[in-house]
Amino acid sequence: MFRLSAESFDPAALQRTLGDQRAGACVTFEGWVRDRNEGQPVGSLEYEAYGPLAVKEGERILAEAHGKFPILGAVCIHRVGHLQLGDLAVWVGVTAEHRGAAFDACRYIIDEAKARVPIWKKEHYASGDTAWINCATKGEHAGAEAPPPA
Amino acid sequence: MISVAVQYFAILREQRGLAQEKIATTAGTAEALYDELKQRHGFTLPAARIRAAVNDEFVSAAAPLREGDRIVFIPPVAGG
Repeated sequence: MFRLSAESFDPAALQRTLGDQRAGACVTFEGWVRDRNEGQPVGSLEYEAYGPLAVKEGERILAEAHGKFPILGAVCIHRVGHLQLGDLAVWVGVTAEHRGAAFDACRYIIDEAKARVPIWKKEHYASGDTAWINCATKGEHAGAEAPPPA
Repeated sequence: MISVAVQYFAILREQRGLAQEKIATTAGTAEALYDELKQRHGFTLPAARIRAAVNDEFVSAAAPLREGDRIVFIPPVAGG
């Protein structure tokens, strides 16, 4: 299940939805709002999503994870809206019989989601400036000129 | 000339100053329509960094446009 959430959510409750007596491993990843990016102090973040396609692409990534790794369950939830420092921005949970597959699939899901799901992040800096990450063009704030993911 | 609906997100929404609009265009492809709109509205991102979606599915830059299509231009993503 891939979902977008406009409200904060409880990871413990999500993890319980993955409960499975066949599972010997549950790996979770939490992405938090950090106070700096590329050396710039960050005050808050806004996430915006193209909802219908974000959910489709997210579901495709979860289906790919099921195809590539022997896992039992996989869930990813991404926040949208204005988030404050320390807020939970994204949560991934994967269950499997054994830990190797759960770790690998969790990593796969978060890496692919960051690279492919149509969600955008705007950073609000302590200076009062803002920037859409990865969208800078020549002459704009260098901190937003992150290289594409490998 | 066809009529299509364009929806904007993130940096494009801010640069356009609105979230969606109907457009009458002679552009035959998603990329041609982006170039037309970039020229008109001063979008800063070059077409090479934009992906397109038609009717909620990714399409290639050369995908033909049809009457009534809903088009979204997707700037570089940054979830997580």
